[in-house]
Amino acid sequence: MEARVSVIEKRLSNIKRIISVASGKGGVGKSLIASSLALNLSKKGYKVGLLDLDLYGPSSHIILGVKDVFPEEDKGIIPPNINGINFMSIVYFTKDKPSAFRGVDISNIIIELLAITQWGSLDYLIIDMPPGTGDETLDVIRLIKKSEFLVVTTPSKVAMGAVSKLLKILKELKIPITGVLENMVMTKSSFVKNQIKEMNLKYLGSISLDQHLEDSIGKTDKLLETDFMKELDKIINTIKL
Amino acid sequence: MHEWALAESILTTAVEAAEKEKLKKIKNIKIAIGELQQIEHDIFKFALGEIIKLQGDKLKGVKTTIETEKSTLQCRNCEHKWSFSDIKKKLNNDEAEAVHFIPEVAFVHTRCPKCKSPDFEITKGRGVSIISITGEK
Ligand SMILES: Nc1ncnc2c1ncn2[C@@H]1O[C@H](COP(=O)(O)OP(=O)(O)OP(=O)(O)O)[C@@H](O)[C@H]1O
Ligand SMILES: [Mg+2]
Ligand SMILES: [Zn+2]
Repeated sequence: MEARVSVIEKRLSNIKRIISVASGKGGVGKSLIASSLALNLSKKGYKVGLLDLDLYGPSSHIILGVKDVFPEEDKGIIPPNINGINFMSIVYFTKDKPSAFRGVDISNIIIELLAITQWGSLDYLIIDMPPGTGDETLDVIRLIKKSEFLVVTTPSKVAMGAVSKLLKILKELKIPITGVLENMVMTKSSFVKNQIKEMNLKYLGSISLDQHLEDSIGKTDKLLETDFMKELDKIINTIKL
Repeated sequence: MHEWALAESILTTAVEAAEKEKLKKIKNIKIAIGELQQIEHDIFKFALGEIIKLQGDKLKGVKTTIETEKSTLQCRNCEHKWSFSDIKKKLNNDEAEAVHFIPEVAFVHTRCPKCKSPDFEITKGRGVSIISITGEK
């Protein structure tokens, strides 16, 4: 008999809001937005956790420049505090080696992580999701009942094709959708905005492609000063996240 | 010790199951610990005892028994079968500790001993689970 699932709700019980940053499409900026969102909220004085659930391609630790740390044990495992963010990731355990997992293993890892991680009380837990509507998305829906989804897209019709599928599934399952964020915009167009409005969903705003962003990856102090972060901050303030 | 979190999950599940079956008291819980997770019985027993003290009436006087389940790993590529004890000595301390927390990282730190594939399966002996619960109505 599976014994770990029943304790998950309790582990998350002192978290006020859980926001999964997701997309139907890969490479649209989910990890950058999840990490930056966590940083931004933490700088505003909130207690913030960040959980990287991209088990094959974890990247939040690269964006935040996390190195040589391992969770402490106390009635479970305590996420190390990285620049104010309580950060949990599979990389602590894989040592950043290549990871090949099947679906059933993915579910087992997610259940184990959720069952043993002691987040304590948080204002926000941000989850960096892998792309698509696979095991991780289904497990978050199944195991983290109070999670809402912040969906990221790019202006591309190709991205929107995949993203609208994710949005339709979330709507069908009556999962709360924070809204849709349009990232890496190069020329203004209302294509995405109109599509989102047609679906009766909230268009959160757009963020431009930032040519200088790469220099700030791994350096949180520099990341906070980027144009990307300034645009994200404006959106966070406007939507009163 | 992270065993505490797993012990709590066992007891929470047992209480939930007892409520479903309308049991007034839980008398026995039989627990399996998979070899892969390398959990020491004494530590786990201690954690169970501490949590039972804190919990309500249903668990008062409950007897817990722990069985170790040998692990079986099987390669999807060549069908070779082996157990974790066969390969454990190849892991360094950090890797063994990682498998203790998340058994699936065995796929990351070890390979099929025969064909070196990372694509194998844990068919038995992964982690903690409940074998049976008995009680009084
Ligand atoms: N607005 C932006 N301006 C410039 N670069 C960006 C922007 N948004 C994201 N990037 C960069 O694009 C790349 C992909 O971003 P990221 O890894 O966050 O995407 P992802 O959606 O998480 O990808 P995956 O699906 O693989 O998880 C990264 O190098 C990131 O720094
Ligand atoms: Mg990512
Ligand atoms: Zn093999």
